[in-house]
Amino acid sequence: MSKMAKIKKPSLAVDLAGLQLRNPVMPASGTFGYGQEFAPYLDLEQIGAVMTKGISLRPKAGNPTPRIAETASGMLNAIGLQNVGIDLFIRDKVPYLETLTTPVIVNFFGNSLDEYIKVAKRLSELPAVDAVELNISCPNVKQGGIVFGTEPGAAAEVVSSVRRCLNKPLIVKLTPNVTDITVMARAVEDAGADVISCVNTLTGMAVDIHKRRLHLANGTGGLSGPAIKPVALRMVYQVVQAVEIPVIGIGGIMTAEDALEFLLVGAQAVQVGTANLVNPGAMADIVTGIETFCRNQGIEDINDWIGSLDQ
Amino acid sequence: MQDLKTVILHNREIAPGYFRMAILAPGYPQQALPGQFIMLRVQANSQPLLRRPFGIFKTGTLPAECSGMPEREFVELVYKVVGIGTQLMSTLQRGDEVELLGPLGQGFTLDKTATEHLLVGGGIGLVPLFMLAETLCRRGDRVRLLVGGRSRDDILAITEFERLGVETYVATDDGSLGEEGLVTAVLERKLNKYPQAAVYACGPTLMLNAVRSICHRQQVALQVSLEALMACGVGACLGCVVPGHQHSEDDPDYLCTCRQGPVFDADELKWPEGGPEGGE
Ligand SMILES: Cc1cc2nc3c(=O)[nH]c(=O)nc-3n(C[C@H](O)[C@H](O)[C@H](O)COP(=O)(O)OP(=O)(O)OC[C@H]3O[C@@H](n4cnc5c(N)ncnc54)[C@H](O)[C@@H]3O)c2cc1C
Ligand SMILES: Cc1cc2nc3c(=O)[nH]c(=O)nc-3n(C[C@H](O)[C@H](O)[C@H](O)COP(=O)(O)O)c2cc1C
Ligand code: FES
Repeated sequence: MSKMAKIKKPSLAVDLAGLQLRNPVMPASGTFGYGQEFAPYLDLEQIGAVMTKGISLRPKAGNPTPRIAETASGMLNAIGLQNVGIDLFIRDKVPYLETLTTPVIVNFFGNSLDEYIKVAKRLSELPAVDAVELNISCPNVKQGGIVFGTEPGAAAEVVSSVRRCLNKPLIVKLTPNVTDITVMARAVEDAGADVISCVNTLTGMAVDIHKRRLHLANGTGGLSGPAIKPVALRMVYQVVQAVEIPVIGIGGIMTAEDALEFLLVGAQAVQVGTANLVNPGAMADIVTGIETFCRNQGIEDINDWIGSLDQ
Repeated sequence: MQDLKTVILHNREIAPGYFRMAILAPGYPQQALPGQFIMLRVQANSQPLLRRPFGIFKTGTLPAECSGMPEREFVELVYKVVGIGTQLMSTLQRGDEVELLGPLGQGFTLDKTATEHLLVGGGIGLVPLFMLAETLCRRGDRVRLLVGGRSRDDILAITEFERLGVETYVATDDGSLGEEGLVTAVLERKLNKYPQAAVYACGPTLMLNAVRSICHRQQVALQVSLEALMACGVGACLGCVVPGHQHSEDDPDYLCTCRQGPVFDADELKWPEGGPEGGE
């Protein structure tokens, strides 16, 4: 009682490769638009960071519809990385992001090494962008479509090339669709990643027996939401053990308890994805829930909780 | 736009498989515009995970009661049970909690020049047309509702339209109410009689496609309210897009149904042979 009563406001601040976050909760790319869409429902100054949709060199139209399908405790999406492209992003979206004091992280991708490098250079020039997140779950068109993030050599090459032309923290986002995620994690760490975020969606499929078709026009889609949490948690745990750099945990986080689980196994921060779609105020509830938990447990600083698994 | 944790005021079956649900919704009578929609979360767990979109049928205020109950503003939905979400909704009762996100999207644009209006609804597609009829009638315009459905059980709420002063015309596939046949046949006749009318339509894709070709041929203004599979309803996931009029294989142009719609000017959309793509 005595100790608990003393903690008025626990400190939730975390450091992510030099980036100071007021708390460890941020959106996952593609579930938060460009930030502004959520301003009516959520105080963007209350979350740890803002994360944009994935940006590419040129505008991308994305896949035909249907693009989404609900599954047991989750959803499949095959949006196809629709985005406005770097030029329109800078013209139309950055001015709003500049007004925020919350750190802004821009997620980006390419279909060739060259595209990755070009976008990275543009992002380097933008003072409003505090860090970038590299999505390597994309096919390399020049190499027969093999996904950068599933082959350690290709992943290392794109990470080191981007690292060389970037003047801010580099987060590398891993795909779970590999045999051993620790191999990929070590490869991108050695290539110069400052932070690893994991996981992206798990490739899945849904079938409509009445129409005798696949639900998604694209055939396959990425599974997200509570259904993937146990898999994501296992992978985050493994990656934390495998590398020295900080790890951001992603996958099926809906509540403060879910976030606390990822932090406990060693994630330095978490990203919330599908939960934003279900409840646009989800991250505010998660931050409040973490704070309440810390207060009740007598945890003065969230850093004392991170990675403190009893084993 | 707000996310309300609120309660159900009533929820009852009005025809086999169709329900009407009123939800306590402070602010809706002032904010909601004809053609807008809401996203409803009926459960706190993840089954089903996503909210479901529903058109706003009407808004209003319940008077204060002598028991001391104050005035209560509400939003009313009319829905058809088609799957797990709507099935779950149909079991809810007065006092049960729901989460209501809205009002969302771009509704109907009120045509300033036309004074004759033809509202075309197919089945549950009638829902977003009620507030439109209310607004147009209040302006003193002539409003006609043409409504189609499989049988008499699929024709909903027309007496409420009639009470506004709307002339209603019904067509059913089996002739169990109104004339036998398609509502689009009624539309062709009415357009011959009122060639200056503005047309507003909501219903199944095949109906919208037929309405579109009739209006295109007759060169009358058409607005359509579309349905699409939605995850977020606020423009974040891009799951709900429909091809815009410039859409092609090489230069895809997509519009977001939840933010740029659900009501579109027909000319904004791509109309392939099968009707507007996207959603179901
Ligand atoms: C803007 C908008 C307004 C709507 N207004 C109304 C309304 O006023 N009243 C009403 O009854 N319904 C309305 N709908 C449709 C309603 O959202 C769906 O019927 C509902 O989401 C089905 O949920 P479910 O869990 O019961 O069905 P599910 O179990 O999710 O699906 C059952 C079946 O319905 C189909 N389906 C699911 N969602 C949709 C959808 N959005 N559009 C078309 N087919 C779908 C599925 O493909 C499947 O075949 C509206 C949809 C939109 C986008
Ligand atoms: C609709 C949707 C769009 C997404 N778009 C992107 C994207 O553009 N770039 C990216 O790196 N990840 C994208 N993701 C993956 C998420 O950022 C996240 O890694 C994944 O959904 C798992 O987290 P969750 O279970 O909390 O949703 C997307 C996910 C969803 C559901
Ligand atoms: S439903 Fe998510 S963008 Fe429209």
